[in-house]
Amino acid sequence: MSATTKAVTLPGSLAANPLLAQWLRFEPGGAVEVSPGKVEIGQGILTVLTQIVVDELDVAPARVRLKAASTAASPNEGVTSGSLSVQHCGIALRHACAEARALFLTAAADKLGVAADALTIEDGIIVGPDNARTSYWELTDQVSLDVPATGEVMPKPTSTRRHTGNSLARVDIPDKVFGRPRYIHDLKLPQMLHGRVLRPQARAASLVALDEEAARASPGFAAIVRDGNFVGVLAETEEAVERCLALLRSRAEWRGGEELPDEATLTDWLKSQPVESKTVDSRRAPSAGSPASRVNRRYSRPFLAHGSIAPSCALAQWANGGVHVWTHSQGIYNLRTDLATVFKLPPEEVVVEHAEGAGCYGHNGADDVALDAALLARAADGRPVRVQWTREDELARAPFGAAMAVEIEAELDEEGEVLRWRHELWSNGHTARPGRGSTPALLAASELAEPFPRVVSTDPPLPAGGSHRNAIPIYDFPAQDIVSHRLLVMPVRVSALRSLGAFANVFAIESFMDELAAERGEDPVAFRLRHLRDPRARAVLEAAAARAGRDSRRRDEGTGYGVALARYKNMGAYCAVAAEVEGEEDIHVRRLVLAVDVGEVINPDGVKNQIEGGAIQATSWTLKEAVRFDRTRITSDNWENYPILKFSEVPAVEVEIVPRPEAPPVGAGEAAQGPVAGAIANAVFDALGVRVRHLPITRDNIIAAMELS
Amino acid sequence: MAERFELRINGTEQAVEADPASPLLGVLRETLGLTGSRFGCGAGLCGACFVLLDGHPVPSCDTPLWAAVGKEVTTVEGLGTPENPHPLQQAFIDEQAMQCGYCVSGILISAAALLEHNADPSEADVREALDRNLCRCGSHNRMVRAVLRAARETRPA
Ligand code: FES
Ligand code: FES
Repeated sequence: MSATTKAVTLPGSLAANPLLAQWLRFEPGGAVEVSPGKVEIGQGILTVLTQIVVDELDVAPARVRLKAASTAASPNEGVTSGSLSVQHCGIALRHACAEARALFLTAAADKLGVAADALTIEDGIIVGPDNARTSYWELTDQVSLDVPATGEVMPKPTSTRRHTGNSLARVDIPDKVFGRPRYIHDLKLPQMLHGRVLRPQARAASLVALDEEAARASPGFAAIVRDGNFVGVLAETEEAVERCLALLRSRAEWRGGEELPDEATLTDWLKSQPVESKTVDSRRAPSAGSPASRVNRRYSRPFLAHGSIAPSCALAQWANGGVHVWTHSQGIYNLRTDLATVFKLPPEEVVVEHAEGAGCYGHNGADDVALDAALLARAADGRPVRVQWTREDELARAPFGAAMAVEIEAELDEEGEVLRWRHELWSNGHTARPGRGSTPALLAASELAEPFPRVVSTDPPLPAGGSHRNAIPIYDFPAQDIVSHRLLVMPVRVSALRSLGAFANVFAIESFMDELAAERGEDPVAFRLRHLRDPRARAVLEAAAARAGRDSRRRDEGTGYGVALARYKNMGAYCAVAAEVEGEEDIHVRRLVLAVDVGEVINPDGVKNQIEGGAIQATSWTLKEAVRFDRTRITSDNWENYPILKFSEVPAVEVEIVPRPEAPPVGAGEAAQGPVAGAIANAVFDALGVRVRHLPITRDNIIAAMELS
Repeated sequence: MAERFELRINGTEQAVEADPASPLLGVLRETLGLTGSRFGCGAGLCGACFVLLDGHPVPSCDTPLWAAVGKEVTTVEGLGTPENPHPLQQAFIDEQAMQCGYCVSGILISAAALLEHNADPSEADVREALDRNLCRCGSHNRMVRAVLRAARETRPA
């Protein structure tokens, strides 16, 4: 052992929030109150965190109370996204609990007059030899948790954790099956007013006339708020405010607005805009031979909507010059930053508190509606205001996932082996999240009389990346060049959607790999394995292929089989997918078999649930979804013109977890997106002999692809 | 505009004063505090607000109040309680059949209607019965399993 003191780096979010009391507190009555900075976005994180606490402290799950995250009290853990919840929050919490446990054991040893290592803990009761006993709760006066973590206490080894690796039942499910109030939509504050915002069909249109009279005369009317092109209305009840909104809508005149691209030639449009270009990766083989041939292909995906099943909702209340906001945002501190900028307030004057929303798959309308609520609440004389978006706003005005074009070119030798691989992509950046710059990223900020400029989305840097996420292939080629072109204009508003650029990049890479294998007449699994050194990648691919039982399967007419593979962000979860499809014009995915490696698994059922959910959502994206628009407005603003996968269309999904208990845990939420698209496209080719390179794989796009070939 | 109505909700008579054209969903959520029925689209296209009207699943966002008068309205709160759960509620817990759960109330309602007239549904029957309910989180298959489980466990052996 060396005696030199090293600066300790605390793990995960503990580094920025080192005080143990920021994370947990023992409450009188035998409870443990835990304050995570990460929030529930429908991924079951509250249960995983409960499991971690229960394991490290040795208390029963029922004792753990999770506090809603709030900027007034919780550690700042940034945004809950990118499948990082477990890494950041879970690890921090695990270490914080381990340190707290050690402090209590020391105090108990003192009190009982025994050595700390002679003590055990059973549901919070600390027991020593001869039945000497005390408990966390008896010792709270002796132990202060207002101390920073030391980084010197190791959490329990994996093998002695009782709950990790088992599936604790989700803590939120009982409320949800009995229909108890749980979501932000169910929050009702005393004296609450209801608000709605009137938005134009064309983005950034100007309000030239508004006849307020009818709305003002409508029963329950409370106030109209106008600030430049931002218009909202307040009323006593939801029904009253809906009526006022309808009256205003029919009496508003808008002009101008930003012209949208031509949907029919979207990929050409992407390729002809001003861009910032970057070489993402470049490798040269020392002795690459000269190419005998070249293959190049273009793939694309359209804009995609989040399509949360609940419309975005927020509450806000002003008091003493400050504002309290309730939100289902993924990042309470980031939202606070933007709200403070808009209202020119010091951040402490803005309190942002989290309340659960419906499933969230990225930067949706949650933050926008929070600003809407805060703006409307200024006219409410201190009463709280609840604002809920319409379904139309949710599908047409929340940020979308960016459309992308990807071109891949391979130089091949005489034998058809890849000498050089080139991947080039065109896309808007994939994030315009709040709290990242001096310009607020919230929709209403650009609508005010003194407007903030509209944010053009950017890309987080590699290795995670944005539009270039997963643009670097997992395969080993002698030479490769990866180039991204980020658009500098943004007529269609986009920001982070589950897996960012990985969906389109993996779809393109995996389709292209399949095309190369087919060209050579080689089995697509064998072809991939021949280019794959990473043993964990090989293991998931082999597991998925074996479980899908490809070789033994009898090929029926009109059915097809395809595989695809990726390691999310090139550093996260491995996921291989085998898809089985049938159909000629309308493709039905019969079955998806997924093999995943997410490192250590804390809650296996939770991982399967997330992978399965991701796979089904990705099937929906792949087969059905595209944001529709004409030159002036988004036209896909309801579930009829933005259809998603229905119960009768959902494939059977099997998930196999390839165990790696000693590898660090990584998130599962986004790993399936890209591989599912690739596997389905490859299965469609297997079934029909048609290569559909432009998503979604609808009847129209299949016919277009047939005409092309 | 506002009129007085007697509604029969989850087995009890409730008096409400409202415009007869008001959507039933708003009355349930706002006036009666029964927030288990969720708002998703307001257009009858997602299923989040489904309730049973004399045993038939209907979108309460799209059902005017007058249409519910004289009928038996059942919301998710009326299906069961933690002490006495409906077999479907128990099965959804047992199968951990959701992600965010926002769609679940409406799905339980559609499934309850199915089991009422078909005690032994096939998987395809279940999918068909739930086809008007959207779920964005991709929890469909777990929900189908849960419905089949509830059917199995309530059938007389
Ligand atoms: S909210 Fe009633 S069907 Fe969508
Ligand atoms: S579980 Fe989230 S919408 Fe169904």
